[in-house]
Amino acid sequence: MNNEQFNDRNVSENGYYLVDIQDYPTTGWDKFTRVVRRTLRGELFVGLWVVLREMIRFDIHTVKYPEEKMPIGPRYRAVHEMKRLWESDAERCIGCGLCEKICISNCIRMDTKIDANSRKEVTEYSINLGRCIFCGYCAEVCPELAITHGGEYENASDQREHFILYEDMLTPLDKMKAGTQLEFEGFGAITPHEDERVKKTPLAY
Amino acid sequence: METAYLIETVVKIVAVLLIFSALAGFGTYFERKVLAFMQRRLGPMNVGPYGLLQIAADGIKLFTKEDIVPTGVVSRIFKIAPVITAATAFMAAAAIPFLPSFTMFGYTVNPIVSDINIGILYILGVMGIGLYGPLLGGMASANKYSLISAARGAAVFISYEVITGLSILAPIMMVGSLSLVDFNNYQAGGIGDWIIWSQPVAFVLFWIAAFAETGRTPFHLVANDHEIIDGFGTEYSGMRWGLFFIGEYANMFFISFIIPLLFLGGFGDGTFLGALAFLGKVAFFFFFFLWTRAAWPDVRPDQLMWLCWKVLMPIAVINVVITGFVMMF
Repeated sequence: MNNEQFNDRNVSENGYYLVDIQDYPTTGWDKFTRVVRRTLRGELFVGLWVVLREMIRFDIHTVKYPEEKMPIGPRYRAVHEMKRLWESDAERCIGCGLCEKICISNCIRMDTKIDANSRKEVTEYSINLGRCIFCGYCAEVCPELAITHGGEYENASDQREHFILYEDMLTPLDKMKAGTQLEFEGFGAITPHEDERVKKTPLAY
Repeated sequence: METAYLIETVVKIVAVLLIFSALAGFGTYFERKVLAFMQRRLGPMNVGPYGLLQIAADGIKLFTKEDIVPTGVVSRIFKIAPVITAATAFMAAAAIPFLPSFTMFGYTVNPIVSDINIGILYILGVMGIGLYGPLLGGMASANKYSLISAARGAAVFISYEVITGLSILAPIMMVGSLSLVDFNNYQAGGIGDWIIWSQPVAFVLFWIAAFAETGRTPFHLVANDHEIIDGFGTEYSGMRWGLFFIGEYANMFFISFIIPLLFLGGFGDGTFLGALAFLGKVAFFFFFFLWTRAAWPDVRPDQLMWLCWKVLMPIAVINVVITGFVMMF
């Protein structure tokens, strides 16, 4: 395939045509005939009919918001969530601090310690939603798919500093037991049918 | 007899005032609903069933809002202007027969406050005085947009009022009376007697002028939101603005009563069916005001003046002359 059809900027030969605009009337008689023509063409009644037809058809498009909600896409970037591991229900977050590092609005703060199993454990984790611009970098950079975006977009606050804590974001255990944790499908997440595409690491050579 | 007449008149006046103040409120509800349906929306839905109590909510809001008189306005004129609009709108109703006369508890009621012999002239005159509301309010407001609105109001007024007067002249020549009751009785014979069949041009002209008279959408120049904010109403708040509003909607209702009375037979022979048909006609004309608002764009002030002076006025004059010749020979 060559680029010729994209480089051709000659619009006149590609099905474009000039809209037929009549010349402006110059003489008084021409002006008069134009007025009469426009008056008798009945275009005003076309407009009246169109709106009346819509009223009779009663095809209402209103979404009564608090009662009805539009479905949002799985990639929608709303308030963050912390996922758990499917296998052990343990927290996915390994406390690496990448999200804190990459956050361009500096709204993530975390504190970690080494726990009894010599595993890094998150002690404090907060996101200032008043500063967060929901860019999705934290979810993208997370190596464990731990921090993701959720679909909860109804967050109002009476102050600018609206913090959300680790416990609020973490998937509740009962939800985890029920197996209803939703994976984030946004950038950085596992693509569908990932299992079939996994290849053995070629260690032979 | 004298006391009975006085009491009857006062009761009628109070009834007209109350009914049409309430109807002005319902008019806003209908307008919102009709416009919403035509634009595939639902309109007010949350206050009361199907949003019916929205009127009450709006009324409470208007009544309890702070009454602001801005600095720099000519305060006395600023305060009196909305009253002029509302008062003249209701004064015009005095000569309109709203229903045929009926007998209630052995007492014959004429649902017209006063059947004066210059009815239509009085109505047009008083509605013309109504212009002073927007004019004075706009000029007193110390606001550019209000001033433009007032100037437009005056310019538009002298344009359409000529059409109203001239177009109504031909039917008046035919009927030979200015009273709306006489107009109605002239057409009482049935659909064939309606003046619209003998004066279709006058009917269309008067209808067009009615849109300018009430300032409805094709000629909504005096308070055109996208050009001059709310025009003369920009600086008004609370119930002062509400008076403008009530006046405007009452005017729409009264014009909707006048057009069928003049051209479409009114309430006919005065039977119950005729009264129902009359209310149906009134409802259609009121609905048409809302309908055009959804369908048609606004014209520019110069276009309206061009239309009135160069197109409609010659047609109206020719119509009067032809009517005169036909009646003479």
